[in-house]
Amino acid sequence: MKILVVGCGKVGRTTAEELAKENHDVVLIDKNPGLVEEVSNSIDVLGVAGEGSSIKILKEAGVEKCDLVIAVTNADETNMLTCLFAKKLNKNCKTIARVRNPHYIEDINYVQNELGIDVTINPEMITARQISRLIRWPNALNVDSFVNGKIETISFAVGDNHNLVGKSLIEIKKIYRDDVLFVGIERGSEAIIPNGDTVIAENDKVTICATPKNATIFLNKLGIYQMPIKNCMIVGGSKIAYYLATILQNMNIDICILDKDRNKCEELASLLPKASIVHGYASDDNILIEEGLPDADCFVSLTGIDEENVLLSLYAKTISQAKIITKVNHISYKGVLNNLDVGALVSPKLITADDIISYVRGMSNATANDVEAMHHFLDNKAEALTFVINKKTNVVGVPFEKLKLKKNLLICYIVRQGAIIIPNGSTCMEVGDTVLLVTTNSGLKSIEDIVD
Amino acid sequence: MNKSFIRYIFSIVITVESLFLILVSGVSLIYHEPVFFEYFITGVIFLILGIIGYRKKFDSYVFFAKEGFITVAGAWILMSVIGAIPLFITGEIPNFIDAVFEVVSGFTTTGSTIVDDVTALTHASLFWRSFTHWIGGMGVLVFVLAIFPSAGGRAIHVMRAESPGPSVGKLVPKIKDTAIILYSIYAGLTLIEIICMKLCGMPWFDSITLSFATAGTGGFGILNESFISYSSSVQIVATIFMILFGINFNIYYLILIGKLKDAFKSTELKCYLGIIVIASLGIAINTFNMFGSIFEALKHSFFQVASIMTTTGFASYDFDLWPMYSKTILILLMFIGACAGSTGGGIKVSRIVIICQDLANTLRQYIHPRQVKVVRFEGKPVDKETVNSIRAYIAFYMVIYFVSLLLISVDNLDFTTNFAAVAATINNIGPGLNLVGPSCNFNCFDYFSKIVLIFDMLAGRLELIPLLILFAPFTYSKKEKKV
Repeated sequence: MKILVVGCGKVGRTTAEELAKENHDVVLIDKNPGLVEEVSNSIDVLGVAGEGSSIKILKEAGVEKCDLVIAVTNADETNMLTCLFAKKLNKNCKTIARVRNPHYIEDINYVQNELGIDVTINPEMITARQISRLIRWPNALNVDSFVNGKIETISFAVGDNHNLVGKSLIEIKKIYRDDVLFVGIERGSEAIIPNGDTVIAENDKVTICATPKNATIFLNKLGIYQMPIKNCMIVGGSKIAYYLATILQNMNIDICILDKDRNKCEELASLLPKASIVHGYASDDNILIEEGLPDADCFVSLTGIDEENVLLSLYAKTISQAKIITKVNHISYKGVLNNLDVGALVSPKLITADDIISYVRGMSNATANDVEAMHHFLDNKAEALTFVINKKTNVVGVPFEKLKLKKNLLICYIVRQGAIIIPNGSTCMEVGDTVLLVTTNSGLKSIEDIVD
Repeated sequence: MNKSFIRYIFSIVITVESLFLILVSGVSLIYHEPVFFEYFITGVIFLILGIIGYRKKFDSYVFFAKEGFITVAGAWILMSVIGAIPLFITGEIPNFIDAVFEVVSGFTTTGSTIVDDVTALTHASLFWRSFTHWIGGMGVLVFVLAIFPSAGGRAIHVMRAESPGPSVGKLVPKIKDTAIILYSIYAGLTLIEIICMKLCGMPWFDSITLSFATAGTGGFGILNESFISYSSSVQIVATIFMILFGINFNIYYLILIGKLKDAFKSTELKCYLGIIVIASLGIAINTFNMFGSIFEALKHSFFQVASIMTTTGFASYDFDLWPMYSKTILILLMFIGACAGSTGGGIKVSRIVIICQDLANTLRQYIHPRQVKVVRFEGKPVDKETVNSIRAYIAFYMVIYFVSLLLISVDNLDFTTNFAAVAATINNIGPGLNLVGPSCNFNCFDYFSKIVLIFDMLAGRLELIPLLILFAPFTYSKKEKKV
């Protein structure tokens, strides 16, 4: 597909990089020529310097022949205008816009229809959703759901003295239950797709894949399942905090939001009458203690500064048993942060890019067997994907033991007419199935790509 | 530095070149010449070496500008040395440095020769010389990287280091597609020229070798007197195609996708054609007395201007015999060179256009210190960094030029010869004036001077910077600190 990405921030860049890897023709537009040059030096895309909402620039970038326009600049208005112009210049192209201003979000359907935007992405909203999923699994580092929530992948850290350590996956299966799959292990900087002989080591971060119910029982048996969270402390009254608070309140969780800006606090207080909003500096440790951090079940640091978030999380770890969630914007810090105990890391930009890519994947193969959803895990080194099988191909109807599957690829589940099947060697895929698989080979586009 | 990836790319380059050598051995079979084994064995040995190196996987994909420059400079030197081996072992060029000079002159599309009697060479070697022009004209690495799918976006560093011109952009989002488009245009134009030459009554072998030499803007002929003895029609065809190959290939792309208006709006194209017409008319008037007919004067002046400006270096007339005014025009044209993004060498028209505007702006700045002026090119503002890099380029150019001039003056030849020899090699032209004029060759120099000129040719073809980086001590200094 020919894809125009407008805006070359972290989201634009990650999206463009991922799409270029998947062999799409990507044109990147940004008004900063230096940035455009730098990015087009490191990834295989064509850079155009200029304002994305300028018709001349859009034409220069080839909007008339493109299939998709993704507008992810900082400004909502630019994004919406870009999509509007793109739609007027080329009726056949799809448009995705990042829109984050709550005023627009309130009437997002009207905005989408009137401006010809096919999909709006609200990074704050999807980040809040991701955090809320993490809170539902208090001990998880990362949770993603597939097939309408029927299956979830859950990543958690194995401590240094856990009873899983030193056991191979076959032994674990015998001791616990066999309906939970281990789909990924992150050991240091290495990502492993395990098989039966793989032995869990100290400090591994493992990802399991199961139905929510089975996962609960499994984690309970392991002794790493916690009681559900009753209250949550959020530092930083950003838009994410607002959306998160709304979601959590629906789950009957008590919210305490701390922010240093008086006006922001007042605004939040009027929007969230049930939450307790505190005005004060989080770096003043008395406030955190006073507001009950030692007894909190969950602590989320959402300030605009990465360093502050990391320090707050480290501090919270020392004085409480709470589940910690840390927001980081600069993904490049992740290598360092993996060695620090800051709990689960969320990066709004990565989550946004993931969201866009899974939409594009769905779109690019709309007629063939297509990817329905895609999530990254193991620090972006592995992907979990679901495919819907629409038609018969050479891999459909053949037992898995007869297929020459790619290395580092694991078929986890098949959902057939609502029933969940754990495949073995004699299982075959059928038309109408939804298949969930994990792999470290990025860029799988159709189900035929699973064989060499 | 990612040594294993550089090794990997070198192996691919060796493999590709060995295949070309095997192709040349096929030519020797056609003409029943005794050099088949020399080319074939060299080809096979390097094919095996290349495949061994290619099969060993590399450790990581990390590939930055530094690796790009080192890969390009290293690969070109490697290619030249390998290409020289068959010429040396067949005994046609008995000295290895001479053989390297000849092949570097081929790959860099210079066309300066050290062979006294070209007609004594075998058909295979003549074909190989011309073929090196064709390979070198567009650059071999971008092609290689485009075909082998491992480099991804980083290949732009290689493309930038290898392609002529100050700013290299992609035509389409993928570097692979960009390379394929450029090579298709290149091959297509070459094919058309071969057919035109054939229609003018040339034998196939001459049409093919001369077209290769024109396409790469090289200049190796297959006769001692270059184009002097060919018919007018052949000379006119060559003139047209030399001019065509000196144009930025992006313009052909614009024409192909139907954006004719944009194509003909190009400032560089207008300047390029303008310079050719003005210089040709100037020479035609100056040399009118020598030819006696307007047609002859125009034909030779256009041929010679096109040949020198595009840095091809064919001669339709021994221009060393022309009046001083005409010779001086030709020497100046050597420095201007062809358009960026073409196969030609020299400083490039686009750099000249930008630097002239920059000079005017600087001068204005003295009178109106607060005035803000922006250099514009092709209808767009040129950012300061590009202007600065062009200034630096011209400074590097002068340094290399004058150091080379000093080094080769050790041979105690006259100043005109030395000045023209350096100009002819660093700008990838071919013949110079006086002792290195179109009817003579570069054998008058000593081996040390030849090595200096080999460096100049490579530096000129690779736009100075990659070669300077390859030999700059600080390129490697970090590695030592780490150990």
